[in-house]
Amino acid sequence: MAGAAGPGTGPVAAGGDGDDSLYPIAVLIDELRNEDVQLRLNSIKKLSTIALALGVERTRTELLPFLTDTIYDEDEVLLALAEQLGNFTGLVGGPDFAHCLLPPLESLATVEETVVRDKAVESLRQISQEHTPIALEAHFVPLVKRLASGDWFTSRTSACGLFSVCYPRASNAVKAEIRQHFRSLCSDDTPMVRRAAASKLGEFAKVLELDSVKSEIVPLFTNLASDEQDSVRLLAVEACVSIAQLLSQEDLEALVMPTLRQAAEDKSWRVRYMVADKFSELQKAVGPKITLNDLIPAFQNLLKDCEAEVRAAAAHKVKELCENLPPEGRETIIMNQILPFIKELVSDTNQHVKSALASVIMGLSTILGKENTIEHLLPLFLAQLKDECPEVRLNIISNLDCVNEVIGIRQLSQSLLPAIVELAEDAKWRVRLAIIEYMPLLAGQLGVQFFDEKLNSLCMAWLVDHVYAIREAATNNLMKLVKKFGTEWAQNTIVPKVLVMASDPNYLHRMTTLFCINALSEACGQEITTKQMLPIVLKMAGDQVANVRFNVAKSLQKIGPILDTDALQEEVKPILQKLGQDEDVDVKYFAQEALSAVAQRLRKLDFPAKDSEEPSAPGADKNHFLRPRGPGEDTGKFVPLMSRHTQSERLGWFPRRQ
Amino acid sequence: MSADIISTVEFNYSGDLLATGDKGGRVVIFQREQENKSRPHSRGEYNVYSTFQSHEPEFDYLKSLEIEEKINKIRWLPQQNAAHFLLSTNDKTIKLWKISERDKRAEGYNLKDEDGRLRDPFRITALRVPKLKPMDLMVEASPRRIFANAHTYHINSISVNSDHETYLSADDLRINLWHLEITDRSFNIVDIKPVNMEELTEVITAAEFHPHQCNVFVYSSSKGTVRLCDMRSSALCDRHSKFFEEPEDPSSRSFFSEIISSISDVKFSHSGRYMMTRDYLSVKVWDLNMESRPVETHQVHEYLRSKLCSLYENDCIFDKFECCWSGSDSAIMTGSYNNFFRMFDRNTRRDVTLEASRENSKPRASLKPRKVCTGGKRKKDEISVDSLDFNKKILHTAWHPAENIIAVAATNNLYIFQDKVN
Repeated sequence: MAGAAGPGTGPVAAGGDGDDSLYPIAVLIDELRNEDVQLRLNSIKKLSTIALALGVERTRTELLPFLTDTIYDEDEVLLALAEQLGNFTGLVGGPDFAHCLLPPLESLATVEETVVRDKAVESLRQISQEHTPIALEAHFVPLVKRLASGDWFTSRTSACGLFSVCYPRASNAVKAEIRQHFRSLCSDDTPMVRRAAASKLGEFAKVLELDSVKSEIVPLFTNLASDEQDSVRLLAVEACVSIAQLLSQEDLEALVMPTLRQAAEDKSWRVRYMVADKFSELQKAVGPKITLNDLIPAFQNLLKDCEAEVRAAAAHKVKELCENLPPEGRETIIMNQILPFIKELVSDTNQHVKSALASVIMGLSTILGKENTIEHLLPLFLAQLKDECPEVRLNIISNLDCVNEVIGIRQLSQSLLPAIVELAEDAKWRVRLAIIEYMPLLAGQLGVQFFDEKLNSLCMAWLVDHVYAIREAATNNLMKLVKKFGTEWAQNTIVPKVLVMASDPNYLHRMTTLFCINALSEACGQEITTKQMLPIVLKMAGDQVANVRFNVAKSLQKIGPILDTDALQEEVKPILQKLGQDEDVDVKYFAQEALSAVAQRLRKLDFPAKDSEEPSAPGADKNHFLRPRGPGEDTGKFVPLMSRHTQSERLGWFPRRQ
Repeated sequence: MSADIISTVEFNYSGDLLATGDKGGRVVIFQREQENKSRPHSRGEYNVYSTFQSHEPEFDYLKSLEIEEKINKIRWLPQQNAAHFLLSTNDKTIKLWKISERDKRAEGYNLKDEDGRLRDPFRITALRVPKLKPMDLMVEASPRRIFANAHTYHINSISVNSDHETYLSADDLRINLWHLEITDRSFNIVDIKPVNMEELTEVITAAEFHPHQCNVFVYSSSKGTVRLCDMRSSALCDRHSKFFEEPEDPSSRSFFSEIISSISDVKFSHSGRYMMTRDYLSVKVWDLNMESRPVETHQVHEYLRSKLCSLYENDCIFDKFECCWSGSDSAIMTGSYNNFFRMFDRNTRRDVTLEASRENSKPRASLKPRKVCTGGKRKKDEISVDSLDFNKKILHTAWHPAENIIAVAATNNLYIFQDKVN
């Protein structure tokens, strides 16, 4: 058994004279070099256990030197190592020895993988706080200087993130040196380093004395904002937000605004995009006066920019911009200076711009009030509801609640209906799926009468859609509607139509009946379920298609908890027993599953005392139809192109043109 | 062995490493020997540093297409730490490789002794932490990222941007922009695919980023033109900002005009002021500020103009010759047939034909200029056009970024020549 045992599965009985508590640790140490990445990773994640067993002395003199040279490993191992070391101060002997952690983190701060470097920098920042002021100058500051003057740009980029943590605690002489190092990184030869410096400029400015901000940071900012590479310039826009917060209005106007104005008109669309994207932050940072004088005109230009990406980014910010305007005079500014440009965007040539606008425009109605909304916004909404691009219409429909509060949805209903019907019948199933998800919301706002007259038939039509995802969403939709409108409504309008489908010639439609029953039974309650649904389900047990039959078994299991003992005993059980003898293996399997569930339920009902232990019936299945959605996460590094990916994926991204 | 045929040659930014790719999907990296007092001649010698299989043959089951493993291009990344990185691509997939050195090894296990025998787990009385011991230098090549599924057609070019974070890849009809750290998405920045493929009249043959201006790139086409695009003006670069084209001379128009005017390679000068294009018979230097005609035109093998018919028949007319600049931009080099390659000095306007062959040159001996006889009486040392070997073609060459050292790929042989050191 020796050797074969993994960590945690040490010798069962102590034999010999060894200390068996060492065994798991010995395995962990050996596995730091295992060929299997997963085992190495596992060991690294338990590094604190190893360090604890070794004691502070050996951790400092043996473990850390070994780890310092382990930078050949896979990224995920290095990432875990960088993270562990940030919390290692206690394990090397406390703050007095925190500097022992610097060498391994220093080598991790030079690897090529950005995530690892960033994590190493994060841990270094954490550890810097644990240094005494003396240790900081003796160990930490020299490390920062070494990184800042390193041969490779990876080390210099890492240095950029460390200045702001050591500056506040350094002596004046050292502070001057730190500023000097930062200055030189801002004019580094490699754009990578200038970008890193630009992205840390705001953070560094915050810890500097106000005089130094004015005399040193502002010139650096101006230089970076006019860098030859647009990838550097666009990061200066971000720094602008932090710097603006530090300066008085006067200084702001004199020192920062010329650069910001220039950025808003930069030759490169990526820089203008960044200004549009950061607009709300900029607006807050510069205050209301400069906003009115400078930012509003700049925003107007961004709204009619020649590049669609920029217009779309600006359109996204319309609502926030308006919200953040000072309340007095807000209405006039919006009506005179913003709305005319918005009107243009409603008929933009680019669909992404239109859909960006459609996703926020409804929010303006609460700001502008009833009259303005009816007079000025309503025509725009109506035009957007008729837009050729489904995404625009969907975005309007999905935000109806904002308008509902202000003018009531009736104003829109005439145009709304054709728009909904068209989306409901769109050739793309994803569009149909999207509109289905808004149905409960629409139903709530339009009221039961309007719904019955105009929308009910759509909801029923989706049940026989040829795409399964639509049928599935449609059943789920019915359940939500029943919750909204109540069981009586369900009994009169929904249930009969659903049950009719049980004798449809298409077996897929017959199965939809079962799926609907699964979804509706809980919302409809015991009476409807027992009297109307159960007989149909039971009848379908004789269906000639096996898929229908095993779904009958599944349905019976599902609705079992809602039924009373009599129905279970007298009706459900015999049918399940019969299905349990079915010639089809799947039917047999699901029938037996259901049977045992039903039997359990019957037993419980016989001993009601135990009932309390049971989790309250079928709640666990409530989320049955919900599935995870949304775009994958991104690292947010590819600025601003990255945001193009997430916000308007089809624009410029190659599948658009296959 | 056709798998050994070299398909690309590229020096890194310092010139200390030279990478070659071949038809078999392998990448071989050569390292320049450091100056050595005991062996004075070894300076400038390049020895194999690392060899690895970059691409394997694949089969696209959806399109029923074989994907060759042949390395179409290699591009080095600017050095960012002690390791070296390069991009290699075949027709469809681009890979980022890390080439790193290791000279230390950890020693000492808890559960095994020095000879690898297991220790009795019950007799562990103390913990051992592994210790690092020096070992022989080991060079490792590891794949870091794979950029796949973005090209419907064959990738002909990759080029790293001067912003150090993006690169482009071009196929016959499209150019995509990638972030070096993001593999699952790229931007399509140029698309010349017509709605109806029957209206297709030209394809993209090569593309390259400007060496200093991160927003500028060029791409050449099969019609002999080059388009320069500015990524600042728009996210989609379907509209060019400059268009380089030389008006055709109507007197020399023939059936082959269009084929031989197709540009097989485009390269910016190191200064970024000029670019060079290679077509079948000539190499042209363009000033970026003048779109109407090239500032220099050098004939590579004008004597082949009379042989175009047979070159068409044996498909040689479709050969894609590459070209390169010297480190100072004062000279240019490109290949020809019969293992000949041509160098043009831009200042003196002198040119020379040299031969890369084992038979006609010895190590450390100077190369003799070669001459091709065009009609009339053949002089001594001249070779007649009819006896040129069209199977021995030099398509790929590279010039050291700082010194006069060149690498010439002649089918499956790599020749490295350097300026005479006195």
